[in-house]
Amino acid sequence: MTLLQKARLKSPWVMHFDCGGCNGCDIEVLAALTPKFDVERFGIINIGDPKQADVMVLTGPVNHKNKRVLRDLYEEVPDPKMVIAVGTCACTGGIFHNCPNILGGVNKVIPVDVYVPGCAARPEQIIDGVVLALKKLAGEAPEEDE
Amino acid sequence: MDYTATLISATLALAAPLIGGLLMGVDRKLTARMQERVGPPLAQPFYDALKLWGKTAIIDSSLQPVLAFGYLGFALVAAGLVTFRQNLLLVLFVTGMADICLTVAAFNAKSSYSYLGGRREFLAMLSYEPVMLLAYIAIFLVTGSFTIRGIYEYGAPLLPVLPAALVALEVVLVIEMKKSPFDLSGYAHQELVRGVFTEFSGYTMALIELGRWTKLATALMILSLFWAPSPVIGAAISLAMFFVALIVDNLYPRLTWQRMLRTTWAVGFVLIVLNVVALAVGGVIR
Repeated sequence: MTLLQKARLKSPWVMHFDCGGCNGCDIEVLAALTPKFDVERFGIINIGDPKQADVMVLTGPVNHKNKRVLRDLYEEVPDPKMVIAVGTCACTGGIFHNCPNILGGVNKVIPVDVYVPGCAARPEQIIDGVVLALKKLAGEAPEEDE
Repeated sequence: MDYTATLISATLALAAPLIGGLLMGVDRKLTARMQERVGPPLAQPFYDALKLWGKTAIIDSSLQPVLAFGYLGFALVAAGLVTFRQNLLLVLFVTGMADICLTVAAFNAKSSYSYLGGRREFLAMLSYEPVMLLAYIAIFLVTGSFTIRGIYEYGAPLLPVLPAALVALEVVLVIEMKKSPFDLSGYAHQELVRGVFTEFSGYTMALIELGRWTKLATALMILSLFWAPSPVIGAAISLAMFFVALIVDNLYPRLTWQRMLRTTWAVGFVLIVLNVVALAVGGVIR
């Protein structure tokens, strides 16, 4: 592993975007960023600036209003980047599946690297998802599900 | 200046970004401990900068990289001026040039967040530069010279003579480190996305980070001059002030820029003028 790869694994800066869910997953994402879980020990910072982010954490189903915003944000994040869909809605559309105003999961608009299912996904699962994304970034094959 | 002294000064100036980066790591670790967290590893700022360097940069104008290099360049020149014991006023102006590079780059981007951040950065400069200038004038009145060499030649430590000036410079240090209660322009916890840093990405942000480390190291080196005869006690003073800045950061919420300007000028001007008046009455300044 080169030094640059190690640095990438050691400092994933997260940008969190809510595509329009019920905010349950957003609260869990923010819970994962509180001192109790202390994600900064892995170098994770909630940066909020797409131009400096490495990992996109997306919650909620995509609708016709915000698919353009989501695509813009995805293109603003410089490579190498990882996309994590947090929650059932972001994964598949969830309870909003087949609604006329809903496109479905995030993967209808942009490529997704890691899916974290759950309604709402727990903070531990979200941190686990970020770790899985980092493994993918390092080029390791993620283990088959346990 | 003989050969070894020149070599030491040059090494110290070039090591300034590394020292500053390590201090940033200490900052994050100590802040985490104050919040009952474990905190990131000590080398975290270096990982961050290296990762930023390796990322694709989104350059919004051809001027942006030039200004990012300018920020680091001017910061390094200021560090060099301190280690080569040059004029304090020149250090102030060169550091100011570095800040102007940053703000011009922020203004140059077509982004309202970066524009607002740049405006706040200018207001921060407006707050602390007059106080710094006044502190340097107080040092001049005591030692009879604006040069750092003059402070060394003065012989006696400055802290017993100018304690209030050091307190005023502590406020300046908090603003320079972009810490609460004065963290308006850059790290305002996403109040303006990333404020003045919003439009930097990839290697330009890495350069800005390096520049910030250099500026931190330079500011602490200037503070250590308050006990110039002994570099060890000087370093201890500057590290103590660094620690106080971290405590202040964790204790106070963010102020508006109006309050920042008022606090800095009121505290800084009054303290330094009182200090100088006391010295004049006591007969230290003739």
